[in-house]
Amino acid sequence: MTTTATRPAGVTAHPASRPAFTGTGTLLRFALRRDRVRLPVWLLALLAGTLATADSYAALYDSPEARATAARTMGTPAALAMTGPRHYLDDYTYGAMLGHGMIGFAGVLVGLMSVLIVTRHTRDEEETGRAELIRSTVVGRHAPLAAALGLAVLADLALALLLTAGLAGLGVESLDLSGSLVYGFAHAAAGVVFAGVAAITAQITSSTRGASGLALAVIGGAYVLRAAGDTGNEALSWASPIGWAQRAYPYVDDRWWPLLLCLGAAAACAATGFLLSARRDVGAGLRPARLGRTTASRALAGPFGLALRLQRGLLAGFGAGLFVMGAMYGSIIGDIEEMLGGVDQIQEALAEIGGATLAESFAAMVMVVIAVVSMVYVVMATLRARAEETGGRAEALLSTGLSRTAWLGGHLAVALLGAVVTQLLAGLGFGLAAAAATGDHAMTGDLVAAALVHVPALWTAAGVALVLFGWLPRATALAWAVPLYAFVVGYLGQILRFPEWTGDLSPLGHVPRLPAAAMDWTPVTVLTLVAAGLCLTGLRGFRRRDLDTK
Amino acid sequence: MTQESLAIEVSGLRKSFGSTRALDGLDLSVRTGEVHGFLGPNGAGKSTTLRVLLGLLHADAGAARVLGLDPWDRAVEAHRRLAYVPGDVELWPNLSGGEAIDLLSRLRGGTGRRRRDELIDRFDLDPRKKGRAYSKGNRQKVAIVAALASDAELLLLDEPTSGLDPLMEVVFQDVVREAKEAGRTVLLSSHILAQVEKLADRVSIVRRGRTVQSGTLAEMRHLTRTTVEAETDRPATGLEALPGVHDVTLDGARVRFAVDGGRLDAAVRLLGEAGVRSLVSHPPTLEELMLRHYGDELAANGHRGADGHRDADGRTGAASPADAAGAAGDAGEAGAVR
Repeated sequence: MTTTATRPAGVTAHPASRPAFTGTGTLLRFALRRDRVRLPVWLLALLAGTLATADSYAALYDSPEARATAARTMGTPAALAMTGPRHYLDDYTYGAMLGHGMIGFAGVLVGLMSVLIVTRHTRDEEETGRAELIRSTVVGRHAPLAAALGLAVLADLALALLLTAGLAGLGVESLDLSGSLVYGFAHAAAGVVFAGVAAITAQITSSTRGASGLALAVIGGAYVLRAAGDTGNEALSWASPIGWAQRAYPYVDDRWWPLLLCLGAAAACAATGFLLSARRDVGAGLRPARLGRTTASRALAGPFGLALRLQRGLLAGFGAGLFVMGAMYGSIIGDIEEMLGGVDQIQEALAEIGGATLAESFAAMVMVVIAVVSMVYVVMATLRARAEETGGRAEALLSTGLSRTAWLGGHLAVALLGAVVTQLLAGLGFGLAAAAATGDHAMTGDLVAAALVHVPALWTAAGVALVLFGWLPRATALAWAVPLYAFVVGYLGQILRFPEWTGDLSPLGHVPRLPAAAMDWTPVTVLTLVAAGLCLTGLRGFRRRDLDTK
Repeated sequence: MTQESLAIEVSGLRKSFGSTRALDGLDLSVRTGEVHGFLGPNGAGKSTTLRVLLGLLHADAGAARVLGLDPWDRAVEAHRRLAYVPGDVELWPNLSGGEAIDLLSRLRGGTGRRRRDELIDRFDLDPRKKGRAYSKGNRQKVAIVAALASDAELLLLDEPTSGLDPLMEVVFQDVVREAKEAGRTVLLSSHILAQVEKLADRVSIVRRGRTVQSGTLAEMRHLTRTTVEAETDRPATGLEALPGVHDVTLDGARVRFAVDGGRLDAAVRLLGEAGVRSLVSHPPTLEELMLRHYGDELAANGHRGADGHRDADGRTGAASPADAAGAAGDAGEAGAVR
């Protein structure tokens, strides 16, 4: 018997390339193809928003005096918390305005884009089972993550180049090429850091929702850190990637080295992501999936119980996030009076918010930002019904004794009550921290009331989402226009001084600006009635239409 | 048949999605207490019909009654008395199978815990796993357990076993038989013919949104032929000459032919004279019934008959769709296949 000479040729040969990354190029091209609409929309929206803002600066502040006044107004802690570091104010050119006002929140948006790219092409592929199909072909272990990161980096680079070309080509004074280059790459740098963060979070949980949520929490944390740092202790800003991007000081100092910090952090995060991904099975998270209950608890019985169960994670996440966000702003409020005690100019600038103290007008401004975040929750919670429908999970439920009204009502009730909960928590966080910082305990109640007065406006957003769900189910994404518009008008409008009527189009524009202004029940009642009308219209539409099934 | 004894009554149902016509005048009647097979290929309109019967879709035209109720206007009332297993069972990723079963049962009006646990046991389902951890078959088991644990008088099952393994399919068949013995009505949609064949009292065959045939299996079978395969001592010559015998293939001692329902006797006698060593006869299967209706479609797709497939199946012999169609006197369709 001869058993030795039968080994097939080539078994011992090792492939020359690094097998873990085999197929990355193909996957990257495939990902580009899949996102051929999504990415251009993101990039063009960010570009258009930036160019429009730069253009409006030139129109609004057309004299050096106007710019100097703007610099004084922007020097208040409230404004600094919403924009960026004080150093931009030294010579407030159009370029400095742009860097100061835009990088902070554009950094959040670029981070959001990068996170969604990475989770969409990694964890979502695994959750839906498509990754199995891909990984069974000649594709290395690390190729899917490498391709997803590659796509995010490409998108961020494309944004940097678009911004550079767009801003330099705008022909606005002080927007030069070298500054525009730094400005564009500051965005890209923030983007790649959060892409790296998503590379880690996508390994931790086994659900896309969880992976994106964790990464978004990191973005939120980075934003709040820089907000706290820019108003008080600057060391906090140096702990935030968004703070680094802002400290490139485009059009002011044109510094590149803070962006290297971003690059280093991104590389470290990505490397961690690759390490972690090698330690787990395809489809699984690092946290082992736990077994659930054998029987359903008493709470999981009706439509409300189910909707609450499905959405409790979302609600808890937003509730906790808003509490912390409120607390961060609340802790700043004590510094404000102190810092501004001797600065006449600023008090002068703020005198136009008649009768209110500086702290009160700051609180009213922050409340708008808090309400926008809550509004994002409300729209997400309302549209969960649509996700359940298109996911095929409504079909089985609606063929039981559950009526359509009750099913949809369950999701709506969670969204409406959730708005109360998130606002209550944000107000409590704000109020308790403010009371602790100032020693004025009456502030807690005032700030909770100021937060809760926004609730009817949030309900109208839920109503708009529900009307779309009932009558134009394919267009439910349009509901995002409400928080987006509220953000642009409420946040940027306050900084850029938009005309009054633009605010009236946003439900938040009608909310009494507690605690800086007095309570007015009329708009609150009207908003509530409008919300009720919209919700009833939406429910009626859903009763009349076909269910979308898989 | 009187009105009251029909659990489902559908006539002239039409439904379009944009330019796609899903239902094109579909008729269906299901008698109370029967297991009714609802057969058709993918895209024939089976799921759309069920969704209309559940009031999830609104029909463009036609009439439908479920348990005597209008399925759109009185959906909830009807739903309290029926249970449904969707074709694609989707579960909540973060709810365990046990929780999903309990939720569906409670929404349907509650069930006995004992029956639920017994079914979970029989289907060998782990109710603690989360929805995202279940395979397709296990998701289907969750929906089947939830539906069958209820005391619904009507069960609407949309291809309920497409993801189940053969062992579980046997369990499923037992459970459906028990449901029938308990007096429940079952509408079982499927393209898996063997399953319907084992369970159904009557079947309706649909194609392109229209019912093409409806009746008991016996009624349909007499329209088609029995296939006979035999091995004989001497070559069985002369079969071709017998009336009602078709497609004779004689290969030495082996012979294969198809014979019309009423002409079997003479053919078997001739085989006996040749000295039978082995004899296998196949009754016409639903597959042949189906092929009779879809034969022209298959031919258009380039399939010349389906002999290879059916041989692999091990249940059928030489009868081709053309034979079945020919026996029913539908020479047009037969021509299309050949």
